[in-house]
Amino acid sequence: MASVCIYFQVHQPYRLRRYSIFDAGHNYFDDQKNAEICRKVAHKCYLPANQCILDLIRVHEGRFRLAYSLTGVVLDQFAAYAPQVIDSFKRLNDTGCVEFLAETYYHSLSFLYSRKEFEEQVALQQAKIASLFGQKSTVFRNTELIYNNDVAAAVHKLGFRAVIAEGADHLLGYRSPNFVYQAASCPIVVLLKNYRLSDDIAFRFGNRGWTEWPLTAEKYAHWVNQVNGNGYTVNLFMDYETLGEHQWADTGIFDFLYHMPGEVMKINRDNDFKKPSEIVDAYPACGAFDAPHLISWADTERDLSAWLGNAMQSNSLQEVYALGKAVAAKKDEDLLSDWRRIQTSDHFYYMCTKYFADGDVHKYFNPYESPYDSYINFMNVMDNVAARTK
Amino acid sequence: MNIFMLGWEFPPFISGGLGTACYGLTRGLNDLGHRVIFVLPQPVSGEYATHVRIKTPSALMAETACRSYSIEEFENVEFRAIPSTLQAYGSPSDALTEEWVTSGQSIIETEHAASGPGGHGAVESVPASRTHRGGSSGHYGGDMFSETQRYARIALALSRGESFDVIHAHDWMTFPAALLVARTSRKPLVVHVHSTEFDRSGDNVNQRIYDIEREGVHTADRTIAVSFLTRNILLTRYAAPADRVHVVYNAIDNNGGKIVTPPTIRRDEKIVLFLGRITMQKGPEYFLAAAKKVLEFVKNVRFVMAGSGDMMRRAIELAAELGIGHKVVFTGFLRGDDVARVFKMADLYVMPSVSEPFGIAPLEAMSHDVPVLISKQSGVSEVLAHVLKVDFWDIDEMANKIVAVLRHPPLRSTLRHHGTFEIRKLTWRDSAQNCVDVYQQAVANRQGGR
Repeated sequence: MASVCIYFQVHQPYRLRRYSIFDAGHNYFDDQKNAEICRKVAHKCYLPANQCILDLIRVHEGRFRLAYSLTGVVLDQFAAYAPQVIDSFKRLNDTGCVEFLAETYYHSLSFLYSRKEFEEQVALQQAKIASLFGQKSTVFRNTELIYNNDVAAAVHKLGFRAVIAEGADHLLGYRSPNFVYQAASCPIVVLLKNYRLSDDIAFRFGNRGWTEWPLTAEKYAHWVNQVNGNGYTVNLFMDYETLGEHQWADTGIFDFLYHMPGEVMKINRDNDFKKPSEIVDAYPACGAFDAPHLISWADTERDLSAWLGNAMQSNSLQEVYALGKAVAAKKDEDLLSDWRRIQTSDHFYYMCTKYFADGDVHKYFNPYESPYDSYINFMNVMDNVAARTK
Repeated sequence: MNIFMLGWEFPPFISGGLGTACYGLTRGLNDLGHRVIFVLPQPVSGEYATHVRIKTPSALMAETACRSYSIEEFENVEFRAIPSTLQAYGSPSDALTEEWVTSGQSIIETEHAASGPGGHGAVESVPASRTHRGGSSGHYGGDMFSETQRYARIALALSRGESFDVIHAHDWMTFPAALLVARTSRKPLVVHVHSTEFDRSGDNVNQRIYDIEREGVHTADRTIAVSFLTRNILLTRYAAPADRVHVVYNAIDNNGGKIVTPPTIRRDEKIVLFLGRITMQKGPEYFLAAAKKVLEFVKNVRFVMAGSGDMMRRAIELAAELGIGHKVVFTGFLRGDDVARVFKMADLYVMPSVSEPFGIAPLEAMSHDVPVLISKQSGVSEVLAHVLKVDFWDIDEMANKIVAVLRHPPLRSTLRHHGTFEIRKLTWRDSAQNCVDVYQQAVANRQGGR
């Protein structure tokens, strides 16, 4: 039998407003634009997708199961701008078929710079999930699937049973991401993303130039079923915004989503859907996943170069975390919250100069005209935050 | 192909990008193996003198001797120089600007002293006899119109003894000549617009120049614009036929620059550089207004304005009015090694042009490893990604970005790092090939019976 394990990432950053050297206020964020984007994506993606998932769970009488990872900052923005999204997640939670993963509240790169800050942000996100949904997560995913042996060891120490990572070819070699692995550094389970089958949906679904277009539920179920005999689980991990936002509704993505689970279970009655924690219970780890160097799920490089690829990015990250002690010493809740919101990885992603001149996927998500503009704006905000610590 | 090329400027006698572009394109065509006869209103000499040999003291023309040259690095190019006393853009001068320029030159001369015995001792200036400085008629010294007519007559006479496939004319000064040669030779005409009268004069256009430009783009088989910005002006303001106007971007030869000894002693002052003609078109007053704002945040910075032009006096006065006169340095017009030296000193190059058809200077700055801030109202903004961009009128944002460059070394290093790679993709050889493609279309169109 083959299991399908789906996890959707749900996140929106607090985008900064235009903040020049002539600005001095403490309102750093573009409230209007953040509200607008949050509501727009709620209507194009979160609400229709949640409804579709709820229908699937009911139609398949609980045999369709999946997980979400919700950042603290997206939940805060839902509460402020689109509270009906939280209600719809609560309805999903009530079915018992949905699991929520643990991550940093601020979708930050804190693991790389401050272990203490990292742990605090994970605790904050866990408290938020517990208060909204009454769940305690047992599976962890780090921002952008940034992972190495140290990440595994750190979250094992925090009590998690499993951690999610990219099924990077250069680490797997001939091995398949469709098995369950154990971290090389400690006894924690590692669930690896099957990036081919995930990207077929996330990136290629609506691409008319793709030889497999149009992708039907039947065809996809056939691909999934081929895993039988050479693996236990197909881990489909992707941004939730794939549904209706990156792949627009008129590509047929919602129809695909609605029919795919039925087809997977029809083609082989042993196939099923499992939540990540159920995968951990069901299958034994059959090898060690050794990641001495950092990997992520970004770009073809699967490394950190989208956030740490140039001098502007490493400089701004270093300087943000260098403020940590001074911010803590102030014991000012607003200051702490502002400092944490500017840690969100998106701010550093906007500064990425990789492929910038070619105009590609990076541009699509970028509110700035250029990576240089985003760095300048960010540094102006950070200078003001820094001044408040003095 | 054989190209009969009509130009107005060629290094070292340049007042702007036109001469630089003609040099680059000619070199590109030469490297691609095309034969060029280049007709110029003045001789090719100066620092290029060592490479120039006079090939044939040609026939005496009715009015004056016309000389033929070739330059060693351009094996397929012949230059025909028509003696002339005029330059495209005059440089009005008076006591005030002279005084400021003299004091401003010291900043360069200090660097010369530091560069050792190999350095030049003084700023190379244009010999007065070769520069016409009596500009009372706006941008153009003397009687440009009769000069263009004289150039046209001689160019026509020169063309009679030559065989060529296409005529390529650069900017309006050569259009009367180009039209004459095209009519007589029945060869296809390609006109190349490096700037329009609207770029140079805002809305106070000189009607006669406008008419010449308009006739040029309407009569030509094909028109080359240096950017889509310029192409749009040609379509909207000259009603040029869209299917016959092509864009060919300018370029830079990265390895063409001389190695200049960098300043040995680094001042603790940062330098923000304006380099170009000090005219309305180049936005000098926006540069100074931004400088004033920058100085509210950063103290150890000096603003260098290198160049001359009809707004130079106004710029000097404006700096004084703003109370930043002690922070602004005027160097006067720079050329050759002095341009390279001033780039070596600069921490940022700013081109705040109000209207810039292309703008080669930012490419030169990048080739000297200088980060660049350009106005969005420039053609070069269409080809560069790894630069900072602002609207020329947004002086707050200009100041914001200048301050960021001065404050944050990682911004400078990232701009430099990517900029170096970016300009390597912009070669004159490619630009020349794009021109050849346009020639071929023009020729094919004639053969197809237009």
